Amino acid sequence: MGLDFSVLPPFYGTLALGVLWTIAITAASAVLSFFGGILLAVIALYAPMAIRLPFRFVAWLFMGTPLLLQLFLIYFGLVQIGIDLPAFVAGVIGLGFHFAVYNSELIQTAMIAVDKGQMEAARTLGLSRRQALIKVVVPQAVRDVIPPIGNNMIALLKDSALVSVIGVSELTLSAQRAIGQTYRAFEFYAAAAVLYYIINLGMEAVLRWFENRNRLYR
Amino acid sequence: MSQAFVEIRHAQKSYGQLEVLKDISLNVDRGQIVAIIGPSGSGKSTLLRAINDLDPLTGGEIWLDGVQVNKALPHRQYEKHINQMRQEIGMVFQHFNLFPHLTVRENVTMAPKLLKKISDKEANALAEEQLDHVGMLERIDYYPAQLSGGQKQRVAIARALAMKPKLMLFDEATSALDPELVEEVNLVMKKLAQEHMTMIIVTHEMDFAASVCDRVLFMDQGVVVEEGPPEQVFKNPTQERTRNFLRKHLEGAK
Repeated sequence: MGLDFSVLPPFYGTLALGVLWTIAITAASAVLSFFGGILLAVIALYAPMAIRLPFRFVAWLFMGTPLLLQLFLIYFGLVQIGIDLPAFVAGVIGLGFHFAVYNSELIQTAMIAVDKGQMEAARTLGLSRRQALIKVVVPQAVRDVIPPIGNNMIALLKDSALVSVIGVSELTLSAQRAIGQTYRAFEFYAAAAVLYYIINLGMEAVLRWFENRNRLYR
Repeated sequence: MSQAFVEIRHAQKSYGQLEVLKDISLNVDRGQIVAIIGPSGSGKSTLLRAINDLDPLTGGEIWLDGVQVNKALPHRQYEKHINQMRQEIGMVFQHFNLFPHLTVRENVTMAPKLLKKISDKEANALAEEQLDHVGMLERIDYYPAQLSGGQKQRVAIARALAMKPKLMLFDEATSALDPELVEEVNLVMKKLAQEHMTMIIVTHEMDFAASVCDRVLFMDQGVVVEEGPPEQVFKNPTQERTRNFLRKHLEGAK
């Protein structure tokens, strides 16, 4: 039995919907992981011990256990304690926090690397430490780590396939559903792979745009 | 008791066993310009940075215009108090410390917009006024990375002046500049002197100190060794240590 790509066209609609869900869950998780990463970095560097330690423990949990397990816990586990999240929301929370922890490591390093004179200059003008962090330190740190955060976001896109297991109809699950009806695994998985690659190219273009926008200040 | 505009009373600072400021007192009147000179490690920058509490003293008091800067207050209240005080004390650093992610205009307007809640229009007018004052108006939409050292320092001065401070502190403002760029910054400082801005200047430039300042302090090893009008300190120093320092400095300049 050879390959026959003519099985694809009837499922274009299914795959297109999968692409849209993949983009939606990746975008929502990326935004959560970005701002969550900043928040975690600020907490890790500046919060009092009593706040810092529990956060460090949670961060360690997210880093030290499989993402797949985290998604199962959030979607199937939390129901038992009365938190019934829609699959999409559970997926965004799982992916978002998982990558927030990785982003936070990058942002922390960059915040430490921001010249001490920057904080001093801001404080000298009368800004509070919090204002100085928001207006001066964090923006510089974030600009310095856009390329490595971009790498994390590409990993996030690929890991978004994992949310198929909790029933979000993203690209991988859409391909599986098509295969379920046609028994044509190679054709549909190959089509999904090509589509992931195309989304990836789009993401890289967005990242390059962000990088270029920040080039002037160096 | 009548008070000087800026008063440093028995300033003392130590890091563990190391005493870097040993009981220093200094009065500066409104509109006066005081230069602090001395070898590196003499404590002159530490003293300057104590005035706006960047390097808090371990003993002694700092007063500005009748208000104690380093007042003993509970942490939260102190933060509020010191942020208020710092708005009235401008500071210029050796390495400029401009905000590289902001344009020249934004560098100048950020603090007034944030702290004085002025409108965008007022902020723009303020930026234009202050940048014009230091001759940097035509670079208003540049980023710091596109400026020379002298231009950066002039913007840094405009940024400090935009808060309308009562007192300006200069921490070796020209030490990091190429020699040919020093003059443009000195000219701005001279202009401020003519406008009777109260200034305390830590500097290595004796000529500049002699031509601009009302009073010169020579510090060494955490104490004020000699203090007086520039003619006296530079031409007829009474202390051996001052003479040695000035001689070495003169040889170094040749």
